[in-house]
Parts: sequence; structure tokens; C-alpha cells
Amino acid sequence: MQSDNQNVDRIDVSYVAHLARLHLDKEEIESFQGQLEETLDYVRKISELDVEGIEPTAHAVSVQNVFRADEERPGLNREQVLENSPAHNEEQILVPKIIE
Amino acid sequence: MSLEIENLDLQAAVELLEGGSCSSEELVHALLSRITARDSSLCAYLSVDGDASLRQARDADKARASGSTAPLLGIPLAVKDVINVSGDSCHCASKILEGYVSPYDATVIGRLRDAGAVFVGRTNMDEFAMGSSTENSAFGVTRNPCSIDHVPGGSSGGSAAAVAGGEAVAALGSDTGGSIRQPASFCGCVGLKPSYGRVSRYGLTAFASSLDQIGPMTRTVRDAAALLEVMAGHDERDSSSINMAVPGYSSCLGEDLRGMKLGLPKEYFVAGTDSEVDNAVRAAVEECSKLGAEIVEISLPHTDYAVATYYIIATAEASANLARFDGVRYGHRAEGVINPIDMYGKTRAQGFGAEVKRRIILGTYVLSSGYHDAYYLRAQKVRTLIRQDFEKVFEDCDALLTPVTPTPAYRIGEKVDDPLRMYLGDVFTVPANLAGICGLSVPCGVSSDGLPIGLQVLGPAFKEENILRVGHAYELARANSKNG
Amino acid sequence: MNYLVSIGLEVHVQLRTVSKMFCGCATGFGAPPNTHVCPVCLGYPGTLPVMNQDAIHYTVVAGLLLGSNISDYSKFDRKSYFYPDMPKNYQISQYDRPLCDGGSVDIEIDGLQKQIGITRIHLEEDVGKSTHFSGKSGVDFNRAGIPLMEIVTEPDITSADEAMSFLVALKQIMLYGEVSGCNLEEGNMRCDVNCSVRPETQSRLGTKTEIKNMNTFKGVHAALLYEIDRQVQALESGEQILQETRRWDPDAGITIQMRVKESEHDYRYFPEPDLMPVVLDSDKIEEWRAQLPELPRERRTRFVEQYGLPDYDAGILVEDKALADYYEEAAKQSANPKAISNWMMTEMLRLLSERGLELGDIAMKPESLAGLVKLTDSNTINSSTAREVFGILFAEGGDPAHIVKEKGLAQVGDSDLLDKLVKQAILDNPRSVEDYRSGKKAAAQFLVGQVMRLTKGKANPKLVQDLLRTKLDG
Repeated sequence: MQSDNQNVDRIDVSYVAHLARLHLDKEEIESFQGQLEETLDYVRKISELDVEGIEPTAHAVSVQNVFRADEERPGLNREQVLENSPAHNEEQILVPKIIE
Repeated sequence: MSLEIENLDLQAAVELLEGGSCSSEELVHALLSRITARDSSLCAYLSVDGDASLRQARDADKARASGSTAPLLGIPLAVKDVINVSGDSCHCASKILEGYVSPYDATVIGRLRDAGAVFVGRTNMDEFAMGSSTENSAFGVTRNPCSIDHVPGGSSGGSAAAVAGGEAVAALGSDTGGSIRQPASFCGCVGLKPSYGRVSRYGLTAFASSLDQIGPMTRTVRDAAALLEVMAGHDERDSSSINMAVPGYSSCLGEDLRGMKLGLPKEYFVAGTDSEVDNAVRAAVEECSKLGAEIVEISLPHTDYAVATYYIIATAEASANLARFDGVRYGHRAEGVINPIDMYGKTRAQGFGAEVKRRIILGTYVLSSGYHDAYYLRAQKVRTLIRQDFEKVFEDCDALLTPVTPTPAYRIGEKVDDPLRMYLGDVFTVPANLAGICGLSVPCGVSSDGLPIGLQVLGPAFKEENILRVGHAYELARANSKNG
Repeated sequence: MNYLVSIGLEVHVQLRTVSKMFCGCATGFGAPPNTHVCPVCLGYPGTLPVMNQDAIHYTVVAGLLLGSNISDYSKFDRKSYFYPDMPKNYQISQYDRPLCDGGSVDIEIDGLQKQIGITRIHLEEDVGKSTHFSGKSGVDFNRAGIPLMEIVTEPDITSADEAMSFLVALKQIMLYGEVSGCNLEEGNMRCDVNCSVRPETQSRLGTKTEIKNMNTFKGVHAALLYEIDRQVQALESGEQILQETRRWDPDAGITIQMRVKESEHDYRYFPEPDLMPVVLDSDKIEEWRAQLPELPRERRTRFVEQYGLPDYDAGILVEDKALADYYEEAAKQSANPKAISNWMMTEMLRLLSERGLELGDIAMKPESLAGLVKLTDSNTINSSTAREVFGILFAEGGDPAHIVKEKGLAQVGDSDLLDKLVKQAILDNPRSVEDYRSGKKAAAQFLVGQVMRLTKGKANPKLVQDLLRTKLDG
């Protein structure tokens, strides 16, 4: 985030929306563009702080080594699973054809 | 008998049921009538299952007849639509979860069920808990029971409105950046955000996993203590839940605050806060002082960076958490799609509302290649600074007193097109989530427009007993001075 | 122009846990689709992962066996990309703090030792499996969430043969460490192959291509032979190699372009907030190190010393852990471990390969082999009968002493009877007797054969020989 180069942070809304698999229409892209730029402009205030040598916090609690034993437990029955899915055959969840 | 259900708090309901002066079935019946009469104007609930709740109530009555003394036996509760209840929908106020039936109970639901609670209905919220006004629900706007053209706050606006509007004895909410405390403050009820790790998140549809907590929303502080006692505790299904004994919160409550040191963070008493809010909170501080607490001014120097930090971290985590809503395994799927990419793009475009889309894009952006370090990683470091601010002051203070929000509830529609302005309203609530500490919102006044004002009591991580003690003593004193 | 080849492998090894990486669902192979699933591995709203302790343990064991440095601090991260077989549309994996760093695998190629460097080993969850119909694909999530260890090598491999040797050696170590079933048919070992070539005058590596999702060693070998040749030819004709992902088509015997490496591969890694870090103190690591199984090389030396086997034989036996375990089980119950080894090196391996079987498929137990050796050593049966009994045991199993008794196969050692039969053989074959006496000593063998025939092969051949000699020479 270079403050001397304003263009670096101009968010490419349609590209990021594609990364997030959101099919936006033109009006949405336009209105989001301004709103997101304004928000980004605001959150960039964290660059004012000197964070040299500060460890990042990923968890609000410092707990480690939380494990479970390797034991089998019953899961869901297939009817329940298939009923929740928008499209399925007798045993699988169906999606439009995956093309590599 | 005639039940004044709209004024009944949880403790009173427990006493009624235990004393045999009313059955759970009568209680639930009265509540359902109240909801029918009132909710068309409030829109606090997304769904109410009368038959199922009456069935649970009758079961509770039978259990009592056969000797059960479960602590919440027959008590009706409202549940925010973000928490999974087996066999029930869990829309998270989103169209994308249309048709989803949850196959499991959230851990808190299981615990409350075991304690005898009856689940009456699902309350409205901002879609996926993203918002501060409950205007971002796909199923209608909830209104503030104190003033129908004002927002109830959010994202747990439905739960707050239900409790404050007499449509629920108590409710569950979730708080990622203030979503319990802020609506409690706007509607004039009590809301508690437990310390991160105190209550299991298993079954809470995730918004921002490192910030989310489920908590009680009630009419009194004592009720919040009673509910938390049942909800809290270690859960092996949630790796972030702490394996630590749960104190008997109700028994920690008292009538005075002698021996307690309460801090006033100067960064929370600043220009820009509504003067009525400022006055009400200062009066509450004065009351706490009269109750015997020592009041000290302290500083949390990184407060001003909390909103920025929060909106980076919360949206980053949300962008991954909400990736699972893709139309494959459950929920809505767009029609006429030709390949998976098309399916994802259209399903998610149709299923999510504008605020959710904005946050997903923001979160995706701050994690993306080239921006990750400047935004996400840096925000995690600032989060450390914010956490350290609190750790330092809590070496000395038992709790902190602050406003919950800079202003009372605003009008519906007032901020809906200005997301940044909406975000800035979270300035006093997000630091607690970033630091993982606990926070309580207690009513402390009413504005000249008749809108409630809340006092926020912040406590060290896993010291819910401190903030409950402060909140309870203050609440009693306030009630006495009003009556006296 | 000569070309240098650099190959790096990313091998995904399925760990042998009974439950998945982050939930209690079963990991067994071949269940009907979508029957080993639960809200967690289906990515239902509100669910949370919890780490399988044994998956961590097995990965560390693998790291210790490969000489890796075991991280004292390790964490999980979310790797985001959308795919219908991926329930959460992010994979829980490890980005910058894997469980193991470094290490190596020794291979032997054309009689020379070579070391292939290991970059890292990390743990992640598998995805589901899709099958394709007309216009649609079906997804089975049974495999989603199964623990996979990803072993990444340095680009030290320089030929298809070396790649093959590496995979065989790696599989052997994984089997010895009992961290994986290594069953290739069940997809327990799958690998992505990175390959580049460059003129020998060039020091920097050439542009690499990645061949995805190979699930047989032979496939890796064949694909590399093709790909190396393809790249060399492209360079020869002045073409540029594209950084791309390719797919091996085993029927056509060629690799095919899948996609050019897009900038779109932006996985947006960040620490998994739902999982806590793994912090392994040195005591724990040392405890696990102390429990490490013996590796093939150590076992080979021990076999030579403990059982008096020739080094070559010991080498063959330890190559396959199952074979070595079988040997050791039988040897422990026998006074003649060398004989056990002989049987296994000859009859056992021959029959297995002739019939295309694995050791686990046969009914014969190690104690039966020990019993067979005992019957031979005590002269209860002769060697040709023993081969016959081995064949029966191999096919049907059972107790060799019982088989010998039931089928009347015990060696005839009754000298009165044999004396009579020897006399008869002399009477019936005067010419052979004459030949013998005139100096053709080999004629005695014919006479021995005649006695063996009369006893249906059961006579003690040594006894027969002694009796004959006494009679003919006397």
C-alpha cells in the first residue's frame, strides 16, 4: 500500500467479484465502486501505525493443541443429505457439468 | 388467570412456573397471542411455530409434574435466525438459505433444551449478521418497539425488539462487532456478549469466526446471568471454546459495587457522541460511584483504529465463511445455469443482499494477492495492539464503563445507502470483539425523543461475573431511583 | 544439444486414520456415495472442524522417517477456491507453517545411491469425488475431509526412472512407518508432477509444466517419458514452454494442456480461525521418535545378523514390509530361519508372481511354513514331498503335519521294506547293475529312481542310496 501511488488501491470490483463468484450487474458494480473505495480509504488509516515487531493476532484466545481422538462417529443418513440439496439423483448431488 | 406477558421477565416466569401459578402451556399460549397481536407491526420474528412450541411447553409441564427441576423448564425463548436448531430452517435472513433444513442442534440449543427451554420462533436480523440496523434482512425490516419509525439496531434487531416489545421473555443473539449490545441499547433491553471462547460457537452460522459469540438478550441483568450459566462452558466440537469452569453467575450478583475499580476510557468520551448519550452514561457512572465503585480515567490509545481493523478482519473471514453458500449442497440455486462457474455467480448474486455482497468483495480484496499484507496482515497486528490496550487497563480495573453507541437509534432508511457511516456507529462495540473480552449493554436512560440509551460495561476475558455484578447493581439502583 | 531434466513431485498420501481429519466420519473405501458424511465435512452452516490427533501423529512420524525437521509451532490455513467437490469452497491446509520441513529419501539408480530432497510435508483435507454424466456431474462427498499428507520434493529428480524409484522408496517408508495403507487402487497415493528441461549450458531451471492427479507409479513414469521428450523437442524447434497444467491421457499415451497458469490462482490464504495452532514440544517429538519403526535398511542388517541370512536374501525380504513381517513371524517359530528364507525366496515369490497374488491374499500362515520346515528337517518328509505340501498350503492353508498324515505323504524310512524294494530293483534291472559295475556310476541314480517310483516318491532317498551301494558294491 503505497500512499504515493493512489492508483495501486483502486479496487477492480468486477475482478474481485469474479474471485468471490458473485455475478454483479453494471449498476451494482458502479454503486459498490464508490462505496468500497470510500471504505478502503477509511480502513487505510491503520497504515498510520508503526507495527514493526508486533505479532499478528489470529485468535482471540491463546489455546493450542485442541485435538479429538481418532474415533468414528455416526454421520447423516443419505436421504437427509440429498433432501437438502437443490438437485440430486438417488445417491449423488448433481451440479451442471464440470468441464476441466 | 391473566398473564402480563409483555412485562414478564425470565426470573418472574421461572417463579410463576415453579410456584405452579401458571403452566408452561399457558405461558407460551399467552406469548403466542402477544406475538400475533404485536408482531405485524414490529416484524421481530421471521417464523413462529405455535404448534411445536405448545408441544414443547406441554412436555415441560409433564416433566415438571414428574419431578423435573431443570432450571429453564418451560421457559419460552426466541432464537436469532443464525443459530441452527435441528429440524428447523436457519435462513440467516438470507434468500440463499431458502429450503435449508438444519439436521443438527447448535451446542447452546442442546444445552438450553436440556435445561428445559421451549423454542418459540426465529428472530429477524441483518442478513448473515452483517449490519447494524436489521434493515439488511431479506424478509423485512424490524422496527424499534420504542418508536416504530426507528431501527431496532442490529444485527440481532429481531431478538432485541422481541424482548423489548414484550414478544419474548428472553432471546438469543450473536455479537461479532456489537450485534447484541447495540440493538439492546437501541431497544432498551439487556444484552451480553460473552468473552470469546466462553460459549460454544458450534451451530452458529459463522460471520467472522475469530470474533463471533452467542449471547443472551433479556429484560434484566439477572436474567442474562441465569441464561449465560446454562449456555457457557467447554464444547469439544468448538476448538476455540475454553476448558474452564463456569462460575455461578447469578450468585455473584449483589446490590453494591464496593471494592470495584471501574475505568472510564477517555477515547470513548469524545466529541461526536450525542450529548444526551454522553449525559446519560455520565449519570450512570455517577450512580456506580454512589454504589461504592472507585472510578478512574484510563486510556485505550488504539481505539480510533478499531473500526478499520474490524472491517478488514471481519470481512476477510466472512469472505471465506460465506463461500460455502454456492447452491450445491443446500439452499438456493439459480435456474438455467450452464456450468459450475455460472451456477456460483448467479446463485450468489440472487441469494445475497447488497451489504453481504459488499462485505464479501471487501474481504476478498483485503486477502488477495498484493493486498494481503497491507490490509489483512497489518490489521491482525493492529488487533494485537488493541488487545494489549485492554490487557493493560485490566491489570488495574475490574470493568470499564462506556457508551454502547454514539447516538440513540436512528430512523429507518437514514443510513442505508451510506455503509461507511453505518460502520462508524460500531466504534464503541467492535474493540471488545477484537480483544476477545466480554461486554454488557444495560439501559441507562431515554432520549428526549423517547429512545433508549445504553451503558456498556466491558470486562476482562472470562470475567463475565464482573460486568454482570456492575450491570445488576446499577440496574437495581436505577429502578429504585425511578420508583423512589 | 544435451538437456538437463528437473522433476519435483507433490505426493498426496492418505493417512490410515479410521475417522476423517476434522470430523468423526468413517474413511473406509468403497462405501456407497454420500454415506460417510456429516454436517462438518459437508460444510453445513455453523459447523466447526476439530483436529484428528492421529493425523498429526502420523504426519510427524512420516517426517521423522524422512529426516525432516518437525516444527515446534504449526498452524492450519484456509486456501480459497471454488469447486463443486469442495464443500466449504476453501480447503483447510497448511501454508507457511507446515508440520515438517526438509528431509530426504535415498534411492538407488543404476547401482548408484542418490538422495532426493524433501521440501516440506503438510497436512490437509481431501475433497469429494465427481463423476460425469451427459450435461451434469454428480458429487460424492465420502472422501471430503479425509486426511492427506502432502509431501513436496525438491526438483532433484532427473529422469522418469528416478521418479519411479523415489515413489517406490517413499511408499516403502510410508508402509514401514504404518502411516498409510498406500493402496494405489484406492487412491491412497496421488501425485502432481512438475517437470522442466533446460540446455545443459543453462543454469537456471527451465519453465515447468505440472501434470496433475496421477494415481499410478507407472503412469508417472510414462507421463514423464513423454513430457520430457515433448519439452526437449519443443525447445529444439525453438518453441517456448508454457507454464501450464497438463493432464496425462493413459490411452493416448500423451499429456494434454488443461489450462495455462492463470493469475486467477489467488488462494487468499489466511490462518484458519476455527483451529488452534499445534505446538509440539521436544519431549513429545522425542517420545514419538523413540517409537519409530525399524526402517528397511536397519532391518536388512538385523536379518543378516540375527537369522544368518545372506545379505542379498535379506535385501529381497525387507523390500516389502509385508514379506519381511511374514518372514520374521515364521522365523521366530522355527529352528531353521535360513530354510524359511529359502522357501520364501523361491516357491513363495514364484507362486505369488505366477498367480498375481499379494501376500495378504493367501491362506498359508507363517506358522504353517515353520511347521513345513520342521517336517523336512526331521526327515518326516523328503524335499519333493515338501514342495507338494507347500503347494497345498499356498492354495488352501492348513496344518502341514495334518496334511502329511491325511494324505499319507510321510517319508518311507523303514529299512526292511526299502531293503526288499532295493533287491527287487536290482533283479528287475540287470543291465543297469551291469553298467554300474562296469564303472558307469550314474546307473545307480536310475536304480534309486526305480525305488522312489515304487514308493510313490516317499522313500528317504539317502537311505535308498546307502542300501543300493552296499548291495552293488558288496
